[in-house]
Amino acid sequence: MTYRLKIRRGRGGGESFWQSFDTPCAGRDTVAAALEELNGRPALMDCTGAAARPVVWERACLEKKCGACAMVIGGAPALACATALEDAADKSGTVTLAPLAKFPRIEDLQVDRAGMFRALEDMALWLEQDADFTDERRRALHYKAAGCLQCGLCLEVCPNFDGRGAFAGAAAVAAAFRVLDENETGEHAAAVEKAYERRVFAGCAKSLACQRICPAGVPVERLLVKSNAAAVWHRKERKRK
Amino acid sequence: MRAVLIIGAGLAGLSAAITLAEGGRKSVLISSLPAERAQSVMAEGGINAALDTYGQGDSPEKHFEDTMAAGCGLADPNAVRAMTAEAPEIVEKLAKLGVAFNRTAEGKLDQRYFGGQEKRRTVFAQSSTGKQVTAALIQRARYWESRGMIERRDHHALLDLVMTEDGACAGCILRDGHSGETGVCLGPVLLCCGGLNGLFGKTTGTVQNTGGAAAAAFAAGVPCANLEMIQYHPTTAAISGKRALISEAARGEGGRLFLLRGGAPWYYMEELYPKFGSLMPRDVVSRETARLCREYGQETAWLDMTGITAGAFEEKLADLRAFCREFLHLDPKTAPIPVYPGIHYFMGGLYVDALHRTPARHLYAAGECACQYHGANRLGGNSLLGALRGGRQAARTILAGETEDDVLSPPEQAAAQWRQKLREIEGRGGACSCAAGEQCLAQTMRAALGIERSEETLRAGAEALAALAEELRRGRDSRVRPEEQLALERRVDLAAAMTESARERKESRGAHWRRDFPERRDADFQKTTLACRRDGKTEIAFAEIPKEEST
Repeated sequence: MTYRLKIRRGRGGGESFWQSFDTPCAGRDTVAAALEELNGRPALMDCTGAAARPVVWERACLEKKCGACAMVIGGAPALACATALEDAADKSGTVTLAPLAKFPRIEDLQVDRAGMFRALEDMALWLEQDADFTDERRRALHYKAAGCLQCGLCLEVCPNFDGRGAFAGAAAVAAAFRVLDENETGEHAAAVEKAYERRVFAGCAKSLACQRICPAGVPVERLLVKSNAAAVWHRKERKRK
Repeated sequence: MRAVLIIGAGLAGLSAAITLAEGGRKSVLISSLPAERAQSVMAEGGINAALDTYGQGDSPEKHFEDTMAAGCGLADPNAVRAMTAEAPEIVEKLAKLGVAFNRTAEGKLDQRYFGGQEKRRTVFAQSSTGKQVTAALIQRARYWESRGMIERRDHHALLDLVMTEDGACAGCILRDGHSGETGVCLGPVLLCCGGLNGLFGKTTGTVQNTGGAAAAAFAAGVPCANLEMIQYHPTTAAISGKRALISEAARGEGGRLFLLRGGAPWYYMEELYPKFGSLMPRDVVSRETARLCREYGQETAWLDMTGITAGAFEEKLADLRAFCREFLHLDPKTAPIPVYPGIHYFMGGLYVDALHRTPARHLYAAGECACQYHGANRLGGNSLLGALRGGRQAARTILAGETEDDVLSPPEQAAAQWRQKLREIEGRGGACSCAAGEQCLAQTMRAALGIERSEETLRAGAEALAALAEELRRGRDSRVRPEEQLALERRVDLAAAMTESARERKESRGAHWRRDFPERRDADFQKTTLACRRDGKTEIAFAEIPKEEST
């Protein structure tokens, strides 16, 4: 089977259009490899033979370690480097590519994910005391949490995240867990707990769509349970005492 | 005082920004993509530090000796001494910042065997050490960001350095990749822009490491050292569109290399090198693998991890196993993995002293883009260490020395000069293709600077690059922005300097293996290769290696 990339293009909030390209890549090749081949051509033409500009998209490692190449592939959010053409194509061999919808578009498949990073700073997600990993089970969970790629796929599929309200979604859970689970005390710890309750706990309806889609296998449910306990329930217990 | 402009948000840049903040100096952390996408997250196997967890009598002194031996006498002994001495403290600090390193049953930091080292010296977090360390440093940088000490400026790329007439660095020109706007920033510059991967097309690293920032510095007259020293990692595997690293941790935990000889597995490294076997330094393993594959007509060697226990896979190599299953469709627990050497790391780079100063005042470099620590060959586990230590040392040097703004250059003048460079390109009559030039560059470099080199292959490469440079400089590719074309032209110049450096080193040492000069010749070549661009021409010279200062 030969494959065709049908790409949603355009700049910023301006108009969009679809442009299609035939690719020589095989079914087992990834969407990322196909986009690289396309942009590497000395002269790019679409499938009607019209000259086309290179496709703008973000990529770095091309092997699922950096989270750059998140986009909507065949209608489903995914990393281009970890999606084979044959798995994303429709019956005719067409693979549709569109930018993530919950982030402002910059150009073509590139979006601005700055808000996702800003949330982590606004929630004061850092340590002010030394970490302590003598407990093996805790360490294993922290390892998984730190594996979060900050790709944004979890936000794209989340029924509660819209990119405008306070809710920061699962992309903030992994980073928040790593702080909340350290049992810090004092002003900073209280600020993180409060931020977590407002920006995660209050907005999460526990669909866990985030966990199913996470390319890094972050165990969001376990992190949520532990973080909710640390930030919300334990705090309320402490207050009652 | 002006903020320090750090180019690159990988581990060297993060380490520098944090150290500067701790010392009370502001910095701007500039990168084309957020730190989460830096190549540092791809480092797998671990970080070396002589903690001696296993009571084998390890010490910073032995770490120093192993690093110098692997570097085949080309590394700067003062820099290596400082790095190996600081390594235990660096690793302890990472643990306190929240890196989930593997631990022993007693709760100590676990250490694994790595190539070229007799001791268990490599601290690790499974097989995703770089990702774990980067996450912790990003978390720490966030703290300083909130206090106004670090400004993270993502989606900005360095286009050019602003140099004064007397050759000092006054700042840089940046482009905002989102808005497309270009602007001049003044201040001391610390380049932490990573390896020169992009001169070779796709490597094990990220495609963001184009070599463009280093090429801009080279064009500005900053010398590059030991450019010919390119590490081919012995075990890389073909995945869709690129070659991916199979971590040295696989061999550190017991993986064995073999190739098929007469249809039967032959564990060649164990037979040829009984002491270290598959864990010889990377230059040796890669060279033997390439040589023997050729001799026995094999396209690949094989990495046999089937002897590693399920428990060790689960605790130490879970990510590696998952990667092989997903991208190679093979389970390393039950099937050998086809591997072959691939370009992985650049020992050479921007010329800096042990304090990470380039010869240009107010310009510093650290991490893979700089030439420090590794000489002719890098030990596994020393890249994360070199990046972290280099970044903090550069920061310390800046804290101690950059006390006032003594370089003044009106930004209008720098902007005007920059516009002039672009106008020259836009005004050209002929046509050329940057995409075709990009392909030509990669193909030429792969052919010229393979694991084995010779005058013949190097001369052919030099001629092809000279022709490419001329073709590009005569024409204009209207499909790309003029600054993109300029960057390609400069990268071709840097590639040519790499080829000329390899040509002038008429011996074999470390990662540089010449078929026509198979001997190591200390009298003539135990020196640093220096490539420098002056008046549109590249000159190659050899500089003495610093003597070790007695402490």
